[in-house]
Amino acid sequence: MSEPMLDLQGVHTRIGAYHILHGVDLQVAKGEMTVLLGRNGAGKTTTLRTIMGLWPTAEGTITFQGESIASRPTPEISRRGIAYVPENMGIFSDLTVCENMLLAACDTKRAEDLDAKRLEWIFGLFPALRKFWQYPAGLLSGGQKQMLAVARGIVEPRKLLLVDEPSKGLAPAIIQNMITAFRELKQTETTILLVEQNFNFARQLGDQVAVMDGGRIVHSGTMASLVADEALQQHLLGLSLTAHQ
Amino acid sequence: MTTTATTVPATDALPAEVKTDRLPLLLIPALALLALPLTGSFSTWVTLTFAGLAMGMIIFIIASGLTLVFGLMDVLNFGHGLFITLGAYVAVSVIGRMIGYVESPSLMRNLMAVVPAMLIAMVVVGAVGFVFERVIIRPVYGQPLKQIMITMGGMIVGVELVKVIWGAQALPLPLPAAFSGSLLFGDAAVEKYRLITTVVGLLVFAAMLWVLSRTKVGLLIRAGVQDREMVESLGYRIGLLFFGVFIAGAALAGLGGVMWGMYQQTIVPEMGGAINVLLFIVIIIGGLGSVGGCFIGALLVGLVANYTGFLAPKVALFSNILLMVLILLWRPQGLYPVVKR
Ligand SMILES: Nc1ncnc2c1ncn2[C@@H]1O[C@H](COP(=O)(O)OP(=O)(O)OP(=O)(O)O)[C@@H](O)[C@H]1O
Ligand SMILES: [Mg+2]
Repeated sequence: MSEPMLDLQGVHTRIGAYHILHGVDLQVAKGEMTVLLGRNGAGKTTTLRTIMGLWPTAEGTITFQGESIASRPTPEISRRGIAYVPENMGIFSDLTVCENMLLAACDTKRAEDLDAKRLEWIFGLFPALRKFWQYPAGLLSGGQKQMLAVARGIVEPRKLLLVDEPSKGLAPAIIQNMITAFRELKQTETTILLVEQNFNFARQLGDQVAVMDGGRIVHSGTMASLVADEALQQHLLGLSLTAHQ
Repeated sequence: MTTTATTVPATDALPAEVKTDRLPLLLIPALALLALPLTGSFSTWVTLTFAGLAMGMIIFIIASGLTLVFGLMDVLNFGHGLFITLGAYVAVSVIGRMIGYVESPSLMRNLMAVVPAMLIAMVVVGAVGFVFERVIIRPVYGQPLKQIMITMGGMIVGVELVKVIWGAQALPLPLPAAFSGSLLFGDAAVEKYRLITTVVGLLVFAAMLWVLSRTKVGLLIRAGVQDREMVESLGYRIGLLFFGVFIAGAALAGLGGVMWGMYQQTIVPEMGGAINVLLFIVIIIGGLGSVGGCFIGALLVGLVANYTGFLAPKVALFSNILLMVLILLWRPQGLYPVVKR
């Protein structure tokens, strides 16, 4: 692996009196999808929030493209080219789908100025968005909201996409839809750090995989080797999956 | 799950028809109609209704900033009343220098005094809002108890400073000649100034709705009221947005102070503090963070104050609290609850 795009070394995060992350070491290579697995409460969301500066880094370093971003203000981290799709999706339900997309394009003033070709591509991935373009986003179904949340992350080209459990609460058919969309996204060489609990989802997409437990990374390697090694899966995913099922 | 990758059109049903919640809007005509038989005379009712609308519009102009300030950063500013007082006093100073223009019967000359007085009041109060936010609010972000204490303290200090500059006694703020007097509709007299105030209030409301729905800054404000962290994650500095809203809200309160002062025609340093409670009733009725709710809440408060002031002056003392209780029994989060993340 060449120099990673994102590099976490020994990251500790505290939320109030709670010590949540206990030295997370995680690398995300450019142009690849890294999947972060782990059971409920392992610290996956906290890791993403720490990268985004939504929690301060108590200890350790976070390097993005060679520069430290630990504990920087969130807007600054975002403007360096990191898009974040949070677990709760963060949809602005009062605003229309179009307005949600406009706000995701930081330097675009008006909806008419959104990149039309890119929008067409996004509508191809998520046709529902075209249909409900002028509807308040609060009226969308859970699956449609998730699509909007991902679409916001890619409305402009970003260097790194952080996505927290895009399959959460989705029907299997919609999950398949989402996988197709991420496959297409991968063709564009976007670097992605994906948090997942659904191993079936993860195995179809991930290049690299890291497994988290108790606020630490307990395994990292290629997805291919994890898929090939049943025993390792049993051991690790016992941590991540059975607890979830 | 190892099915083949088919794109499934399970997402194609159109959402239930988009219906905006207009029920709260109906409260205003409902209240007015309810008051009609009670007041007994149509002309009295017309007079009271316009008095109530005018008062409501002024309260709306003052309170609109307050509700957004709370919505964006959960900041409770109990010092907002200071901006009202200050606006009125600045206007007195400006108009005092142009008294000839104010007394002239020519509307044009009146406007040449009143418009600059309003603009200067807004600029001065906006500037004071700038300092107030930096010095008083910023150190207590996220600490509600301290916010209440320190913003109240800030207002007390501010009002004392007003007394030092302008004196503690009441000052006249004359209504321009062309604005005074009444128009007769049948045998119902409506003061011209109340009509003007109503129109100005509607214009401010329309302008605000335009900004909030048609400009990117407005969209960001609405988005920020709902989910501050997401707005930051998209790359916008919410602190800067809040700062701007705070200053604009202070300037609007200054404008409202000028209008309220002219409505009363005399001003005292305590005038802002006296309205402060009403402001909080209005933004709670409306739903904290909602400009539309604030508008309806302000009109309801204005109307109720005038109707009960005429019908049952003793009830008038607590009628607004009563109104708030009734509305919260119906909608505990206010008329237009803001969905927070
Ligand atoms: N705001 C908070 N305050 C206190 N503790 C928190 C907070 N947020 C998360 N935690 C705790 O931190 C731990 C890790 O939570 P986190 O949300 O990162 O887990 P996760 O791996 O994303 O889990 P899930 O799969 O359920 O989303 C949990 O024990 C959780 O209770
Ligand atoms: Mg999580």
